[in-house]
Amino acid sequence: MRIRTKAANPLSPLCTKLRSRIGAEKVVDDPTELETYACDGLAQYRVQPGLVVLADDADDVQAAVQECVAAEIPFVARGSGTGLSGGALPRADGVLIVAARMRGIKTIDPDDVCAVVEPGVINLDVSRAAAPHGLHYAPDPSSQQICSIGGNVAENSGGAHCLKYGFTTNHVTGVELVTPDGGRLRIGGRAAEYPGYDLLGAYVGSEGTLGITTEVTVRLTRDPEDVRTLLAAFETIDEAGAAVSAVIGAGVVPAAIEMMDALAIEAAEVAVGCGYPEGAGAVLLVEIDGPATEVQHTFEEVQRHCAESGAFEVRVAKDDTERALLWRGRKSAFAAVGRISPNYIIQDGVIPRTTLPEVLHAMTELASSAGVRVANVFHAGDGNLHPLVLFDAAVEGEEERAEEVSGAILDLCIEHGGSITGEHGVGVDKAKHMPKMFTADDLDTMQRVRCAFDPAGLANPGKVFPTPRMCGEVPRVHSADEARNDRRADEATPNGAEVF
Amino acid sequence: MGDAVPLNDSTAVVDTVADVQARYVATPESTEQAAAVLRMATERGLKVVPRGTATKLEWGKPPDRVDILLDTSRLVGIVDHAAGDLVVRVRAGTPMSRLAGTLFPKRQRLSLSTRLPVQDGYVGGTVGGTIAANPSSQLRYGFGTIRDLLIGVTVVLADGTIAHAGGGVVKNVAGYDLGKLLVGSLGTLGVVTEAVFRLHPAPSATRLVTVEVDQGEIAGWLAAALRRAQLAPSAVEVDAWNDGAVTVGVLVEGVPNGVVARSEAAARILGRDAEITVVEGPSELPDWWLSPATDAAGTSLRIAVPPSVAGPMVDIVRATSARAGVTVTCRGSLGAGVLHAGLSGEYDVEPVAALVEELRELAAKHEGTVLVESAARDVHRALGKRGTDAFGPIPALPLMERLKHEFDPDRVLAPGRFAGAI
Ligand SMILES: Cc1cc2nc3c(=O)[nH]c(=O)nc-3n(C[C@H](O)[C@H](O)[C@H](O)COP(=O)(O)OP(=O)(O)OC[C@H]3O[C@@H](n4cnc5c(N)ncnc54)[C@H](O)[C@@H]3O)c2cc1C
Ligand SMILES: Cc1cc2nc3c(=O)[nH]c(=O)nc-3n(C[C@H](O)[C@H](O)[C@H](O)COP(=O)(O)OP(=O)(O)OC[C@H]3O[C@@H](n4cnc5c(N)ncnc54)[C@H](O)[C@@H]3O)c2cc1C
Repeated sequence: MRIRTKAANPLSPLCTKLRSRIGAEKVVDDPTELETYACDGLAQYRVQPGLVVLADDADDVQAAVQECVAAEIPFVARGSGTGLSGGALPRADGVLIVAARMRGIKTIDPDDVCAVVEPGVINLDVSRAAAPHGLHYAPDPSSQQICSIGGNVAENSGGAHCLKYGFTTNHVTGVELVTPDGGRLRIGGRAAEYPGYDLLGAYVGSEGTLGITTEVTVRLTRDPEDVRTLLAAFETIDEAGAAVSAVIGAGVVPAAIEMMDALAIEAAEVAVGCGYPEGAGAVLLVEIDGPATEVQHTFEEVQRHCAESGAFEVRVAKDDTERALLWRGRKSAFAAVGRISPNYIIQDGVIPRTTLPEVLHAMTELASSAGVRVANVFHAGDGNLHPLVLFDAAVEGEEERAEEVSGAILDLCIEHGGSITGEHGVGVDKAKHMPKMFTADDLDTMQRVRCAFDPAGLANPGKVFPTPRMCGEVPRVHSADEARNDRRADEATPNGAEVF
Repeated sequence: MGDAVPLNDSTAVVDTVADVQARYVATPESTEQAAAVLRMATERGLKVVPRGTATKLEWGKPPDRVDILLDTSRLVGIVDHAAGDLVVRVRAGTPMSRLAGTLFPKRQRLSLSTRLPVQDGYVGGTVGGTIAANPSSQLRYGFGTIRDLLIGVTVVLADGTIAHAGGGVVKNVAGYDLGKLLVGSLGTLGVVTEAVFRLHPAPSATRLVTVEVDQGEIAGWLAAALRRAQLAPSAVEVDAWNDGAVTVGVLVEGVPNGVVARSEAAARILGRDAEITVVEGPSELPDWWLSPATDAAGTSLRIAVPPSVAGPMVDIVRATSARAGVTVTCRGSLGAGVLHAGLSGEYDVEPVAALVEELRELAAKHEGTVLVESAARDVHRALGKRGTDAFGPIPALPLMERLKHEFDPDRVLAPGRFAGAI
């Protein structure tokens, strides 16, 4: 038997209360177990949470939030913990509320083409459940086998197919949440829209700072009649970029159009032996889907544009197996880079698609002058770059140089009118970059939304915004009397000449 | 003074909002000037209503007071059309028709309404008004609504703060999406001065497939069959009157060959009597497709229900309107489940208010809602007497009121116009 001594946890009173309220087994305070929740997919940030609640249902979430509110203790929501911006990074002085066990798919409704799911449901499981009806859930992050819908809603996640089908925000019609003051609220539902301000629009993508999602209603999408996929190999990135421009310029909206550069191809080759054409400086993966007649026409057009832009080889998938093979290299790319480099940073930035060649050249220069390698994998159709900055932490100074290059890439994105994140979110990692993209007034205005939802600032504090905003007092509800006074105040208004 | 804004006294009848006479009209030429107007208004305790081309200025409840109409007619112009990126940045006062006219030669469009004319000289709604009023668009079945197309926004708050959100690229998750909050806000949260939209390629061929059926319920079955098929239409619309036939219209867009095959497949689903129209311009679309369900004077209800309920809802609207003795046009997206009921002719306000409540009860059984999009002042009054308003019950209303308080604590912008006490 092992005896563990532990320092008194300042959250002990809260722990005791919560245990009696929702059950001891759902409240974790064992340091070893707490440590497993210290980070999300961005492992360089680690904080051991003060306490972890493993919620089984909305009541558990609400109980946890209410106790936090009563004790003025911050809380952080977590789904599967695959986030890449440190959004689910815990607080040592706070509670991590884990929704991963809330995995019930409540409804798959083929008539209303929607699904109602709990937040811990894995993205791909929604599509699996809908498949018998010829439906699927469109947003498909590469992490779709492991990430949760609650996390997707918080991050407004996208995927390779969002170029045509849109992001999470375009597919969520309703959420139920526990508000940061411990209340329960339903925003939206099964219908396409609801009267009043579009709070759902603000909530999706708010990275757990406006409440904890306990149920999500998503729209499902009819499976396309036909899907065709090709892989085109080019000698240079410029040629591949030109092909993308030609395709988009011709009025084609591909379901997906992805690009990988030589270094990313090399990594994928080592990792999964994807067998992409040898000597390629860049490959394009293009998928066209939709009604068969449309697809046929469009696919021919895409093939022509690839050839005209200098593709030296074009492979067309004949069936689903071949399609999976073509996608294999792309889907493995992030992890594959681990095979050619001991460490790497996954960057996520966006540029206007037309500036792609220019930005890539600038990036190459940045990398070579800093002496680090950058592999590129990206959603070329919407200019979402995922540069993978390779380094060896064992080599003195390399990590710092990689960090610098990674940060400079974001500067490049902003200079070219883009964004510091296309899908991985701001989290804790990019909060410091927000002032490069937004003015103080912009950020202050966004935080007014936060003040409306969470005046006490307890929901995932320290994320998204570099500095918190002080919220004013909670307003009284405006009364009819005051409205009448407004009308009467008419008499007191100055005349035009005096105003200017 | 750099911030000086053209501001005129007004006594003109055109400068009213729901019969409320404005005292001044301000016509800022820049975001900064708009900010100066709002700052001044806040300092002086004046109330401001933004105005585009006033096509939807009656939407929402009549404002309590209007001192300044902030008119965007000089806040115009396309700032940048990045055709290769399928993105456009435009000032808020720009007429939608001018925007369409700029995009059309590049074979691109803002995928909202096929009603938007591309002819020169037409002055329709403005970009800012379209964001703030959020008219339901026919193309929502295939492309979503303006919330799905708006990727960046510049807004001026009541205290003169100028804020941007989103940006110039389609894919972007940095910060809160303030643009969506402004969609449908009827000018109560801020004045939009600039917007960035994602665009789509204009289709090279378009066909409309129509059929007449007896009942909304049958129309609903057809919509369900279309949802099960893989034809990816851009719009599935319905048109019905008090009695008589219910028309279903399916808009198919794409490449010429594809559109031929898909429209024929759609016609097979709609049945023997289906007709296919080749559409080369708006003039080939039927009248009902081209006009809203209500004229300016009528009462317009916006009914949102889950898609499977939309067909039966048409019948319910017809039956309840008949009982209330009201002439109704029911039109909208059968596919998406967002319908308009336009009440017109001579009617008493009491039965209309009762009708709204009855429809709300029925819709609520299916998680549906009924918004009174526009109505005469006495209809609003009748609703008020029944303890409700144009917006109906909203679970998140207290949160919306807090949001309004954060954005506009002194209720400078269109006070009284929105839900609850907003
Ligand atoms: C290999 C790999 C590939 C990836 N590919 C993609 C991609 O293609 N596209 C993409 O968009 N992302 C991608 N990601 C990032 C990540 O998977 C997504 O951001 C995902 O949505 C996170 O879901 P999660 O359940 O893991 O959330 P977590 O990491 O647990 O949390 C993410 C954020 O959501 C909040 N949150 C979680 N659950 C809730 C809830 N119930 N209520 C409120 N807030 C909540 C957290 O507080 C945190 O801020 C990838 C990640 C990996 C590791
Ligand atoms: C040919 C054509 C066809 C159309 N078809 C349809 C249709 O089928 N169905 C439909 O419903 N609509 C349709 N529209 C759209 C609609 O008529 C208007 O474009 C729009 O909804 C209102 O624009 P407006 O400039 O007239 O706004 P206004 O009527 O002036 O204002 C509407 C509301 O928005 C607010 N507002 C105006 N500008 C701003 C701003 N800059 N910032 C903040 N708030 C502001 C006002 O205060 C008011 O509450 C069509 C438009 C055209 C031109």
